[in-house]
This record gives sequence, structure tokens and C-alpha cells, in this order.
Amino acid sequence: MSDWISPAILNLIVGSTLETLYMVAVAALIGTLAGLPLGIFLATSGKGELFEAVAVNRVLGVVVNATRSTPFIILVVAIIPLTRLIAGTSIGTTAAIVPLALAATPFIARIVEAAIREVDQGLVEASLAMGATPLQIVRKVLIPEALPGLVLGVTLAIVSLLSNSAMVGAVGGGGLGDLGIRYGYQRFMPEVMLLVVVVLIILVQAVQSLGETLARRVNRRVRRL
Amino acid sequence: MMLHDTIAAALDAPLFPEAAAAPPPALQPGAAAAERPGTPGAPSGGGGASIVLRDVSRVFPARGGDAPVAALDSISIAIPQGEIYGVIGRSGAGKSTLIRTINGLERPTGGDVVVDGVAINRLGDAALRDQRRRIGMIFQHFNLLSSRSAFDNVALPLELAGLSRKAIGEKVLGLLDLVGLADKKDRYPIELSGGQKQRVGIARALATDPRVLLSDEATSALDPETTRSILRLLAEVNARLGVTIVLITHEMTVIKEICHRVGVIEAGRIIEEGLVCEVFAHPRTTTARAFIGSLPGREVPPALAGRLRADPAGAAQTVLRLTLTGAAAGQPLVTRLARELGIDICLLGGQIDSIGALPFALLYVGVPAGAWAGGPLRARLEAAGATTEVIGHV
Ligand SMILES: Nc1ncnc2c1ncn2[C@@H]1O[C@H](COP(=O)(O)OP(=O)(O)OP(=O)(O)O)[C@@H](O)[C@H]1O
Ligand SMILES: [Mg+2]
Repeated sequence: MSDWISPAILNLIVGSTLETLYMVAVAALIGTLAGLPLGIFLATSGKGELFEAVAVNRVLGVVVNATRSTPFIILVVAIIPLTRLIAGTSIGTTAAIVPLALAATPFIARIVEAAIREVDQGLVEASLAMGATPLQIVRKVLIPEALPGLVLGVTLAIVSLLSNSAMVGAVGGGGLGDLGIRYGYQRFMPEVMLLVVVVLIILVQAVQSLGETLARRVNRRVRRL
Repeated sequence: MMLHDTIAAALDAPLFPEAAAAPPPALQPGAAAAERPGTPGAPSGGGGASIVLRDVSRVFPARGGDAPVAALDSISIAIPQGEIYGVIGRSGAGKSTLIRTINGLERPTGGDVVVDGVAINRLGDAALRDQRRRIGMIFQHFNLLSSRSAFDNVALPLELAGLSRKAIGEKVLGLLDLVGLADKKDRYPIELSGGQKQRVGIARALATDPRVLLSDEATSALDPETTRSILRLLAEVNARLGVTIVLITHEMTVIKEICHRVGVIEAGRIIEEGLVCEVFAHPRTTTARAFIGSLPGREVPPALAGRLRADPAGAAQTVLRLTLTGAAAGQPLVTRLARELGIDICLLGGQIDSIGALPFALLYVGVPAGAWAGGPLRARLEAAGATTEVIGHV
């Protein structure tokens, strides 16, 4: 291809990109599966709400905030025992998914909570008047009505996962960020650093526009031309 | 009328076979209409009351520095099946709280709310949900799901009730037809006008064949023209399906347009109640009078108001406000009195209207001062059923 990038380096970049995609995809999936119900619960368990449980709501809120305020790199190290318990090892790409998912969950939960709270309370009232159960309201009203916000929220979470995934090199997680640090910085190969950044930018752009397109498609609150 | 036809068609092919198999007496189409042939002003009175509120109170507990609020204060109302009952009151009077007790969205702190023989306020969650399916509700801001088309919005209560796709499809199309929106079934709320949205809301509220329809300021976000068309639809639904309608409003025109009876609510109490035409003709409270006075054409004409004096001394004419309802409004009263008593009667302003289906007349007339002070005029007016007030002298 060119004389300043060897095929070996190119291979490294492709491999690291795949590692990043793997970590981010699985972590996003787990984070969404856990964050969605958590967020919905946070949004509906306050006083006078569908699943009123004020004490539980408050405790979960504190836990979520604590997780979110811990810097990611500290979280990675702090939960090494947990990672070993779940992944069998604390080193490697698969092991890195544990802290990534753990950080993504409260992030997604808060975004889901905000999106669900945005749903007009009048709709909940109307559904109750129709004889809907709380679970039916979640399934048939809250989630569909909040869907554009939920899609954008998950998009945001994936972008932040991409940036977090650069830090899991600290536990041998691999991926693009790790490559950039090891080759670009430690071995002083600025062209590798540059390539890593370019690939990350492309990934973020792709995720962002995909998310926005999807959100627009599920949004029925704007008039179609 | 097209609406008539579509409703009739919808009734010919009952969409809920189970309801048609063993209909409660009042659910039979036309039963309510037969009971009240074309005169919405004459509800059946006693009979099987469909909604009974007995000493219903709702106190919102004190919060922060505020005192507790008694939003409802021992309210008792009985609404017979098939009636359109209006509740009118100012903002904060307790209207929404009142209507929400009827489907259990609000639990009274005292008293009982009985709908079709079931004490709503004593039900557990599951039983309450079952009852709510028999009570439809429409809202000021429509509360349609923006993520669902008109069709799917109307389908929602049926999905919640667990009906099959096929049964839902047939039912929904019939309902959209009934409200005149068959051609808009795939439109999303954003693509509908306010009036169309409320029609979808009405179709949705009727989806589970309720016997009661609650309307919380359903026309307050609509312009007068659209308001009238929505009210006409509600009147049709009431006449054809025999659905009891409770509607709350702060506009007297709404009451006048379709209600049979009206309750005036103030500070959580029903301070006046009666047939709409009676309350219009003989309002007993200042609040009721204020609401009636707010109707267009009810005020003293400005040109007259400027000349009006309170002091009769030296005045040539006494100015009267005559209120005539029903049969009285249909008589040639003014000309007959003028001829028989040999006096001149000067028409100064007023309005001829109908309330429900009853004619209603409100007239400002000037009569010779002497004829009012002496003469048989007062007695003759009363004998003819006119409510007469002296409002001044010119
Ligand atoms: N959840 C609540 N908590 C405390 N107070 C309440 C609550 N809901 C209503 N109120 C109070 O009860 C009173 C009646 O309220 P309500 O909503 O029934 O009035 P309304 O007649 O419907 O008024 P509007 O025409 O403005 O809708 C008001 O003083 C209101 O502040
Ligand atoms: Mg209200």
C-alpha cells in the first residue's frame, strides 16, 4: 500500500479493530440488557409512580451514581476480582468486557430513565384508565413512546464504550487504544497512532449516524414529508 | 346524515358478539333514545342509576407548609343510565378530581363511588382494572400514543384486553367509521388535527363497549367549530349506544349544547344541580348566574347598559329581562300582551336559542313605567311561565 505502513502494521490494525468491535458490541449488549430494566425501574419507582418502591429506588440511585462517578481506569483495576470470577481470568479481551459492561450499565440506565421520564404522564393516565397493568404500560406505552430517545441513548453509550475500550489495554484487553499506546507512543511510531485515531473517528461517525438514522426512523413525533 | 348511517351500520353488525348475546337492558341500542324521544332535556330521573356518588370526599394531605386541600367535600350525585351529565366549575373547583374518582384514578378519602352497582373505590387492583374497561375516558390533550397510528391507538385497549388480532381489526375499523375517520386509519397523531385526534380518542374510549364515558375537558383545546362537531358526535354516541356520559367543563356552551343535567361545582361541593334548561332559566347561585351570563348574547346590550338607571324617578320605561324556556318560549307572548293589555313593548335586545332540544329565549324589553308599577303585566308574565327581572329604568 505505501512505504510508511508495513503489511504487518496493517494486520495489527485490522486485528485491533476487530478486538475493539468485539469488546464494545458485547459490552453494549450486556449494558443494554441490564441498563434498560434498571433505567425503567428508576423512572417508575418514585413516589406515586407505577412500581412505587421509594427506598429501593433511592438505594439503586446511589449505586448507579457511585459507579458512574468512579473513573473508568480505576473501575477496571478495582473490580479485577469480580472480573476473574466472571471471566475466569482478569487479563485479555474477553475479561475486559466485564468492566466495560459494568460501566455501560449505569450510564445506559440513566439515559433510559431520562427518556422514559420524558413520556407524557397523560399517556400513563390514559392507559391506567383503559385498565392496563403496570407491565403492559411499560411494554406497550413507555418503551414505544421513548424509543427514539432510547436509541439515541444506546448510541451515546456505544460511543463512550469506544472511548473506554482504549483504556482496557491496562489489563491486556487489546483493541485499538492499546495498539495506539504501545506502538504509537512507547515505540514511537506516530503513523500508527494516527491510523488508530482515524479508525476510531470512522467508527464513532458510523455508530453515530447509524443511531441517528434509526432514531429518526422510529420517531413518529415529527411529520414525514 | 352520514354519521347516523355509519353508526346505524355499526350497530347492525354488532362488533362485540358477546355483548349482543346478553345485553344489559340499557345497552340495547335505541333503548335510551326511546326513553327520551328526541328530547335530551327530559332524563328518566330515578330508574337504575348508573353512577352514584355518595358523600364522596377527597382530601389531599398537607404538604410542606400548605394546609390539607379538600378537593371534594361530601359530593352526592346520581346519574341514570343514558344521561349526559355535565359538571361545570372554575379552575381548581375539583372537577378533574371528581371525574377521576369515577374510574378509580383517584381514591376518595370518604364516601362511595358506585358504577353499575360496583363500588369502584372498594375494588382491589385487578378488579378495578376489569371495571375500568367498562368506563371509557377522553382527555383535554387527547393522550394519544405518538408512536401508534390512529388504527393502533384505537386497538390499544383491545390489545390490553387480550383480543385476537382479527377481532381487533374488525372492531377498530367499525369504530373509526363511527367517528368518521376510516380514511385516516394509518395516520399518526402528528398528522391529525385536534378535532381528528379527539375523534380517535373517542373511538379508543368506546373500543371496549363501555357503558360510561368520562370526558375531562375534552373540547377545551379545540376551536368553537370543532368543539361543536365533537359535542355532536358525543350526543350521537349517547343517543345511539345509550352510553352514560359525564363531562366536565368550564364552558357553559358545552353544557348548553349537549347536557341533560348539570351540576355546578365550587370548592369541592356541588352547589347547584338540575335539568340544564331549569338551571338556565332559574339559576340559584351567583356562580351559576356568572357562568350563564358568560354566554354570548346574554349580557345587557351595551347601548342599553349605557342608558340604564337604577332610579325609577322620571323614567319613561321599566326595562325587564324575560327568560322563557320550553313551551313558554314558543308562545307569541310579547305581541299578545301588547295587544291584550294595550301597551307598547319595546324590544331592546336578547337571544333566541335552544338548550338541548328545548327552545330558550332571553329578551330585554322596555315597558311603560306605569304598566309595570300598576297593571296586571307582572301577573300575566308569570302566568305565561316567564321569569322576569327588573334590571333598570330608561
Ligand atoms: N395530587 C394532588 N395533590 C394535592 N392537591 C391536589 C392534587 N390534585 C388536585 N389537587 C388540588 O385539588 C383541587 C382541585 O383540583 P382539580 O384538578 O380537581 O381542579 P379542576 O376543577 O379540575 O381545575 P382545572 O379546571 O384547572 O382543571 C385544587 O385545589 C388542586 O390544587
Ligand atoms: Mg381539571
